[in-house]
Amino acid sequence: MTARTSVAGRIAVRLATSLLVLWGAVTVAFVALHLTPGDVVDVLIGNSTVTPEVRAAIISDYGLDQPLLVQYVTYLGRVLRGDLGRSYQLHQPVAEAIGSQIGASIQLTLSAFAMAVVVAVTVSVLTAKRSRWIRGLFSGIELVGVSIPTFWGGILLLTFFSFTLGLFPVTGGLVLPAVALAIPVSAILTQVLREGLELTLDEPFILTARSRGMADLAVRVRHALRHALLPTVTLAGWFVGVLFGGAVIVEEIFSREGIGRLTLTAVTSKDLPVVMGVVLVSATLYVVVNIMIDLFYLAIDPRLRGAR
Amino acid sequence: MTLPALTTSRTPRRIPRAGVWAATLFIAVVAVLAVAPGLVTHGSPNDADALAALQPPGGVHLLGTDANGRDVFTRVVFGARPSLLAGLGATALAVAVGSVLGLLAALGGRLLDEVTMRFVDVLLSLPGLLLALLVITVVGRGTFNAILAIAAYTLPSYARLVRAQTLLIRRSGYVEAATSLGLTPGRIVLRHILPNAFAPLLVVATIEVGTALVAAASLSFLGLGPQPPAPEWGAMLSQGREYFSVAWWMAVFPGLAITLTVLSVTVAGRHLQRRVEGRLT
Repeated sequence: MTARTSVAGRIAVRLATSLLVLWGAVTVAFVALHLTPGDVVDVLIGNSTVTPEVRAAIISDYGLDQPLLVQYVTYLGRVLRGDLGRSYQLHQPVAEAIGSQIGASIQLTLSAFAMAVVVAVTVSVLTAKRSRWIRGLFSGIELVGVSIPTFWGGILLLTFFSFTLGLFPVTGGLVLPAVALAIPVSAILTQVLREGLELTLDEPFILTARSRGMADLAVRVRHALRHALLPTVTLAGWFVGVLFGGAVIVEEIFSREGIGRLTLTAVTSKDLPVVMGVVLVSATLYVVVNIMIDLFYLAIDPRLRGAR
Repeated sequence: MTLPALTTSRTPRRIPRAGVWAATLFIAVVAVLAVAPGLVTHGSPNDADALAALQPPGGVHLLGTDANGRDVFTRVVFGARPSLLAGLGATALAVAVGSVLGLLAALGGRLLDEVTMRFVDVLLSLPGLLLALLVITVVGRGTFNAILAIAAYTLPSYARLVRAQTLLIRRSGYVEAATSLGLTPGRIVLRHILPNAFAPLLVVATIEVGTALVAAASLSFLGLGPQPPAPEWGAMLSQGREYFSVAWWMAVFPGLAITLTVLSVTVAGRHLQRRVEGRLT
């Protein structure tokens, strides 16, 4: 088998398992709909009231008068066509509701992630293999960063910078919410990166670079960092989850628009179509990010391209 | 939000002995207060005194009073029980269900393995808190439902761990010996596989108790866990945030209680991880 076909084969397998995961997520959403106590029509309608005509339309749309298997296939077909159903409480299609909110959340999570990467790279490059005191101090700070619940960190930031100092707006804004979201991510990323750096700094090629008279910082940034970054890429899928879950809390605290607040409102008002839609969208996002990571690995690490 | 234990492939850095002692001591104090909150408080956490509302810390009210004139110290102390119960309960449930899934996957043949592990993949593809929110939408809010929701999102790591451990142990000499002695599969699982998978499971569970504690507090903060006036740390914080500009103590102390508890559990968990991995290798 040539290297090329093996790569193609591996991508195909990866895509197939991803589709399987997505199918599973759709099934989880469908099961959730049917596990919710009460008549399925009432569950879909939630806390709002609808005319008998709309009720009849829902029944025929979801095939609720059909056997369960038919309902399942109907639901699968709808999702495949990108139809996530309708929120009867928001009076709009779920896809539209999510579409109008997802931009704000992506902006928030990407800003937080960028901040976390900058902090983690800077701190880990500067502190790896330094004296016991420096490493101990930063390990302590990281441990606290990991342990502070996002909602508490957010409230403290809000009080200090918005209420007391008046530096940032109390609602909306981007900087403070992104900082609140970035705290745990940067703490974890720093730990993983420094661990990677410390292992890499023991490698012979680092000694070679040093013996060529290269400055310490240049060795760290140009040689060690590139290697140490690789393992952190695997964590990316996990970061999607942390950032997404954190966004629910941060958007609520800072009264910021976004998919997190949309979800929370949907949960408290029992708007199941919206919750199911968000679940499917985030599962898709997770799968896409993971495929991208795999492709990225193949692109940067030639060793992976050979036959298994 | 603790680092998922499975990603810390290497043994974590040694934590100073004093830190481990402080963490253990703090956990012990919180545990004692969770069992017997009356040891250090007098009165009920819901005793309201409208005349003494929003008093700053100091004097009779060590940590001040809240908007209803309830003593913050008493409420923080009484908050230990529901907060710990949620964290421990969710972890116990997740360990139990996750272990069963992991055992099924490892011992139940190829098909069952595929089905179980793909199911775990699906759970993993849903951001943790979101999965919890989906569960709560289905089963409704409340203390027990919050535990259920958190267990749902923490169980994948246990399922994967138990599966991996079981596959390892199954190939070991003593299981082969037990099989050739004619022991029933159930007995082999109970007497040989589970006890040997226990140490790594305990380590992961300890670290994950921190995650579960934060998740439980997050859900109550969002109003989806124990309902007021129950003294739960996340719920107290949520209430305190509305008064933050006038009464910082209402949100700061419950937040401090959560953070210190999670920090202590994380420190203890990582110390345990070092000890166990040091013994195994």
